[in-house]
Amino acid sequence: MSILYNTEATLAERVDECLADDFKHNAIKAAQEAFYVKRGELVEEMGEGWQQLRMHAMEVRNHVTENLDYYVKQFAQNAEANGCVMHYAPSGDDALWEVLDIFESHGATYAVKSKSMMTEEVGLNEVLEETGIKITETDCAENILQTAESKPSHIVVPALHFNRSAIADIYREKRGYDGTDVPEEITHFLRKILRHEFMEAEVGIRGCNFAVASTGSVTLVTNEGNGRMVDSFPKVQIVFVGIDRIVPDLEALDTMMALLPRSAVGAKMTAYFSLDSGPRGTGEVDGPEDVHIILMDNGRHELANSEFQDMLRCMRCGACLNICPVYRHITGHGYGSIYPGPMGLVLTPGLVGYDDIDNMVYACSLCGACTEHCPVSIPIHDLVRQHRINIVNQGKNHKIEVPIFKALGLFWSNKPIYLAGMKLGAPIMELLGHDGALDASSTWIPVVKNWTSTRDFDILSKSRFRTWFKEHKAEQKNTEGGEQ
Amino acid sequence: MKIAFFPMCMIDMMYPEIGIAAVNVLERLGCELEMPDEQVCCGQGLINSGYTKEMIPVAKMMVDAYYRSEYETIVSLSGSCMNAIVNDYQVLFKDDPEYLERTRKLKERFFEFTDFIVNVLGVTDVGASFHDTVTYHKSCHLTRILGISEPPLLLLQNVEGLEYREMEHADRCCGFGGTFSFKQPVIAGEMVYEKCQTIIDTGANVVCGADAPCLLNIKGGLGRMRAEGKLDRDIRVMHIAQILDSKE
Repeated sequence: MSILYNTEATLAERVDECLADDFKHNAIKAAQEAFYVKRGELVEEMGEGWQQLRMHAMEVRNHVTENLDYYVKQFAQNAEANGCVMHYAPSGDDALWEVLDIFESHGATYAVKSKSMMTEEVGLNEVLEETGIKITETDCAENILQTAESKPSHIVVPALHFNRSAIADIYREKRGYDGTDVPEEITHFLRKILRHEFMEAEVGIRGCNFAVASTGSVTLVTNEGNGRMVDSFPKVQIVFVGIDRIVPDLEALDTMMALLPRSAVGAKMTAYFSLDSGPRGTGEVDGPEDVHIILMDNGRHELANSEFQDMLRCMRCGACLNICPVYRHITGHGYGSIYPGPMGLVLTPGLVGYDDIDNMVYACSLCGACTEHCPVSIPIHDLVRQHRINIVNQGKNHKIEVPIFKALGLFWSNKPIYLAGMKLGAPIMELLGHDGALDASSTWIPVVKNWTSTRDFDILSKSRFRTWFKEHKAEQKNTEGGEQ
Repeated sequence: MKIAFFPMCMIDMMYPEIGIAAVNVLERLGCELEMPDEQVCCGQGLINSGYTKEMIPVAKMMVDAYYRSEYETIVSLSGSCMNAIVNDYQVLFKDDPEYLERTRKLKERFFEFTDFIVNVLGVTDVGASFHDTVTYHKSCHLTRILGISEPPLLLLQNVEGLEYREMEHADRCCGFGGTFSFKQPVIAGEMVYEKCQTIIDTGANVVCGADAPCLLNIKGGLGRMRAEGKLDRDIRVMHIAQILDSKE
């Protein structure tokens, strides 16, 4: 899988498919409500402190973006001093080559992995499997997706679109599960097979929530403990770090960690938090013997130098998904990107460009709920709109819409044309309308059908407000004149 | 108090009665209104679809209409269009110092209708009476971006006979979003049906808001639900100005 995973279908087709799936639609809505409520309680509990924390986090993240090369170097030097082997990957392909080299040099063919967006971004699993390397996802939801050959519907909780009986069926069919649909029984089964894989795997592959420049450490936030198994059992460890994951020091990490779990799942902290600084030390009984860090750019430097610089603050918490009124209906699958929802609308085209994204950036009403909830104050909806502006400026807009917008520009900037349009339009709309509105019977009219296919549309008024106002003022003047 | 009135284009095109109600309310509170006839539309739909070049003449016309020394206070009947003028125009005119400066000055003079009544005139009871159950939709740009959430509710609370019923997620987008509602009718439809359901669930007979475009969308959604048998009673859709102008 790479960033876009369903380019065969258009946005409209993907949306139709998502809306037809009642279970998925309702599951996402329910999850949104749950996260929203829990997050809201924690934010309220912090009072003013929450906004102060947001401001501070924004400053910290901006500082790193503005001094990105400095912190990349500092992190790399300190990680190296800790005994890690650094691999710098300008592109996703470079990262893949580095990983394949690592497997070859260790003669390894078996890996376990904990959830990592960077590996999704480069399509690591597919490439490893093609070369005969077995890779097992150990995060419960990711394992479900891998087993079912499905795609993530949420960035933090990716298997939301399956219910317990569907999950039980997946394991019955693919892994010989013979238990009931009770979640605890399914997870117990998964735990058993995964434990065996943790013991056998030669390589552990993992992501990194934040990389600490001053200590060269990488961190991992999980709720299942699988991350800790991945980073301590296999002899070789590969850590994927996006260059936008770096924080200057442990104090900055503390700030980010106060925001991340609260924003992501509405919890003060997660069950597990790992801070790993290099391979197994002398006298230590566990941990990898070799740690390779893939420091990946894959378009991030370019983003840092563009109008989308603010997006480098993003910590992938998913708070914007959990509040988005569009995401709750179309789910992650509607976007067709591993980065869905509001943050995905900014990040996806920011990383892959405008050629293959179909109408993705228009799947947003610009309501601003994402911006309001973003823990690092990214003006998400403004950046979505910036993509739309860029698309028009680069001539990548749909040519069919150009005359419509040009006409609107003319109509709204020329009063005589506007008034003539009203004079012409009002009686036509009256003819076509029923009880003052265009209803479902008007879906044969081009453009109008784009509204009336789902909602009624009030017709134009026969008289203009401006006409009334002028008459009203004249009347007032007359009355005043009469009084004098 | 002398004020310039900005009704927004939809009032002129579709809902003069809302504009009339607002004028009545403001005049009753002692305001003397003027309105430049050159104004047409803020043009927000263009920038939101990415068409900044096409929007510039629209925006310049709007700035020219309201940037006058005698217009010290401008009252907008829409939060969203006001946000376009006072905030989006600054993006649009970033390379045009003259219009950027004018837009910045306009920002200091612009007030949204309910905010103006409560925070400038200092009035929370306009003397209206309206004996019915009412719920209020919190429009996105008004509530979230301009930060005006209390004034409309304060005004409603002081209307004699009005029984206010809060809807769930009152500040969740209704799915209008300007050109979004034309470009993505299926998604916008899902959003407005959900909004309508939260309105229906309050049991209120009236839904009101302070931004006409949202009301057009909500009315369209309720109308379609009624036609399809998903709603079995009439729910009136009103602008808050109409309620504040009521004596019923």
